[in-house]
Amino acid sequence: MTYLDHAASTPVRAEAVAAMLPFLTERYGNPSGAHAMARDARNALDDARATLADALGCRPGEIVFTSGGTEADNAAVFSFADRGAIVCSAIEHHAVLDPVHRIGGRVVGVLQSGVVDLDALAAALDDSVALVTIMLANNEIGTIQPLGDIAELVRSRAPNAVLHTDAVQAFPWLDVAALAEPADLVSVSAHKFGGPKGVGALVVRDGVAFAPRQVGGGQERERRSGTQNVAGIVAMAEAARLTVDERKTVVDRVTPMRDRLADTLLDAVPNTFESGDRARKVAGNCHLCFDGIESEALLFILERNDVMASAAASCASGAQEPSHVLSALGFDRSLAQGSLRLSLGTTTTDGDIDRVLAVIPPAVARLRERGS
Amino acid sequence: MNVLVAMSGGVDSSVAAALLLDAGHSVTGVTMKLWGGDSDTGCCSVSDVDDARRVARVLGIDHHVFNFGDRFDADVVAPYVAAHALGHTPNPCIECNRHLKFDKLLVRARALGFENIATGHHARIVERTDGARRIARGADHAKDQSYVLYMLGQDQLRATLLPVGAMTKDAVRAMAARLDLPTAVKPDSQDVCFITSSTGRDGFLRSRVPFTAGRVVDGATGNEVGSVDAVELVTIGQRRGLGLPGGDRNPRYVTGVDVATATITVGSERDLLDDRVVLTDVVWSDRPVSGPVLAQCSAHGTPLPASFDATTSTLLWDEPRRRVAPGQAVVLYDNDEVLGGGIAQRA
Repeated sequence: MTYLDHAASTPVRAEAVAAMLPFLTERYGNPSGAHAMARDARNALDDARATLADALGCRPGEIVFTSGGTEADNAAVFSFADRGAIVCSAIEHHAVLDPVHRIGGRVVGVLQSGVVDLDALAAALDDSVALVTIMLANNEIGTIQPLGDIAELVRSRAPNAVLHTDAVQAFPWLDVAALAEPADLVSVSAHKFGGPKGVGALVVRDGVAFAPRQVGGGQERERRSGTQNVAGIVAMAEAARLTVDERKTVVDRVTPMRDRLADTLLDAVPNTFESGDRARKVAGNCHLCFDGIESEALLFILERNDVMASAAASCASGAQEPSHVLSALGFDRSLAQGSLRLSLGTTTTDGDIDRVLAVIPPAVARLRERGS
Repeated sequence: MNVLVAMSGGVDSSVAAALLLDAGHSVTGVTMKLWGGDSDTGCCSVSDVDDARRVARVLGIDHHVFNFGDRFDADVVAPYVAAHALGHTPNPCIECNRHLKFDKLLVRARALGFENIATGHHARIVERTDGARRIARGADHAKDQSYVLYMLGQDQLRATLLPVGAMTKDAVRAMAARLDLPTAVKPDSQDVCFITSSTGRDGFLRSRVPFTAGRVVDGATGNEVGSVDAVELVTIGQRRGLGLPGGDRNPRYVTGVDVATATITVGSERDLLDDRVVLTDVVWSDRPVSGPVLAQCSAHGTPLPASFDATTSTLLWDEPRRRVAPGQAVVLYDNDEVLGGGIAQRA
C-alpha cells in the first residue's frame, strides 16, 4: 500500500505508542486527584507540558491541552466572539472558517500564489478588530503564510487585536517555535505529527484575555475544564519532541521526493496545473489539478491500485466537497474538480513515489478518454 | 461481471447488492451524494450514506461516495424550479434517473472499468426475440417503478441490472431481515428528496421563484370567482385552495394555468376532459411505435387504452380522459412492457 495522505493523518510513531501505553494500563490515576496515583499522572502531564512547550516555543503554563486542532481553533475564535471584529483568510481550515462565518467576521482574500493578500488584510484591519486568525500552513495546498509580516500589520493597524495561527499542518515541517513566535494563540494537533487522534493543544500566551468555552472542574488553569487525556498528551509530547529533533532531516529527505513527484506529473500529464507557489509550500505537499477529470474517479482508480490519497476536504459522509481554497485562489470550478492532494510524510519512500508515478498518468488519460 | 450498485441507504438497493453477490458478480457499492441542502426523506443525508456503508460492510463489499451535487443542481433542481415557474408539474425523480443514475453514474462506472450498474428499482428488464431490451413492470405491481425508468434506451438497458424487480417488496424485506442488513426495517422513502416535510414544496419554491398572485376565472362565464397566492403552485385537475366557496354541488377543477397572465381557469369535471395529449421529448426503448398502447400519466396512475401517432407525437385516448398537467411524463406500455414516453405539453 502506498499512503500519500499524511496531511489527513500520519502513522502514530512507535515511540509515542510506547510512551502512552503505561497510561492506558497501570498508570491510570486522575491527574487532578490528591493521592500517589494521581500525582504520578500529574507528573507525567507536567513533563509532557514542558516538552511540548519547548517544541512550540512557549512557557509550559501557556499550553492548554485540547481534544485536537478543531477544538483549539474553535476555542481561539469563540473566545473573542463578543469583543470586536474577527478577521481571517479565505483559505483557513473549516475549524476556523465556520466559527468566523457564524460570528459574522471579515474574510480576506488570497493571491494566486496561495498566500494571503496583505493589502486586503491591511484594508480589513482597524481599531475595532479583536482577533486576527491566519494559518501558518494551508491544509490543502500547503502554502506557508508570512506570519511575521502579518503580525506587523496587525500591531500597526489593529492595535487591540490578538493574533491566532492554526499551525496544525505546519508543525511537521516548519520551526513553529520560531515562526509562530509573533502569534498570541497557536493551535496544533497530535495526529498530524505522529501522535494519536483526539488530542491537541492551544498555546495561550500569558496576558492574552482568553475566555474559556468549556467550564467545570477548572483543569488547565481554568482555561479548559475536563479530565486531561493523559495517555494522548504524553504520546503527543513524545511525538512533538521527535518531530522537532528530526525535522530538518525529514524535510531534506522529503523535499526532493515531492519535487520529483510534482515535476514528473506536470511533465507527463498534459493540462496539469500546480496550485500555489511551490517555493512557499511545506515539504510534504504536492497539490495538482488535472483538467478535464473529476478527482473522485481518479481517487477510485488510485485506491484500486493501492494508493491512498485525497482531493479537497471531505465532508462527514465521505463525499468530496468543492474546495473553498481553490476557489479562493481563483481556480475555476471545473478545473478545481480535478484536484489531487498527495501529501508525503516521515514514512514516505522513493518506492511510493515510483508507484504513484506509474499509476496516475494512465489513470488520468483513461478518465479523460472515457469521461468521468 | 464487475457491477457498480447504486446504494441509496434504503432496503431495496441493499438487497439488490446482496442478490448480485449471490449471483457471483464482483460488486462495489456507491452512494451518490446529490443534494447538499436540507433533506428528510431522500437519499443524500449523512445518515443514509452511513446506512449504505453499514450494509456494504455486512455484505463485505467496498463502498464509495460520489458527489454529483453540481450535476443534480443543474439537471434536476434548476429545471424543476424553472418548470414550476412556468406553471408546469415536473417529475424530478425521472430527471434524476435520466441525468444522474443512467447517465452520469453509468459514464463514470464505465470509465472505472465496470461492465454494469445496478439499482434497487422495482422493475424488470426483458429481452425480446429480436434481441431488443425493454423495461417491464416489477413483479410487485403495487411497488412498480417502470414509469420512472421509461427513458432508458438500448445502451443503458444493456448495461443495467435491476435485481429486485422480480421480487415482491415483502420478499425484499424478508431477505434483508434474513441477512441481518441494517436497513431491513427502514421505511420506504416517499417524497422528492430535496423537499423537506417541514417547509414542503411551497417553502422550497418560495425561496427560488417569485410567486405570482393570480385570479381564478370560470372558463364558461369568464367571471372572476376566486384568487390564489401563487399561480406557480397550481396544477391541472386541482380542486382545493382556489378561494372558491365550499359545498358546491358542481365541483370546480383547474382546467388551465397561465402564469404569464396570472390566470387560473376552472371548470366542471367535464371541462377537464380531453381526447388527446401532445408529447414533447419523446424517447423510445428500441424503436418508435404508432398504434394502440396503454398510457400511464403518473408514477402510480392507472394505465389507460389509447392510440399513439409517432409522427405527430400525439396520444389519442380511446375515450376522453382528464387533462394531463404539462410537465408530467406520459409513459407508453405494451401490456407490462415500456415502449417509451414523453412529456405532456400545454394543451
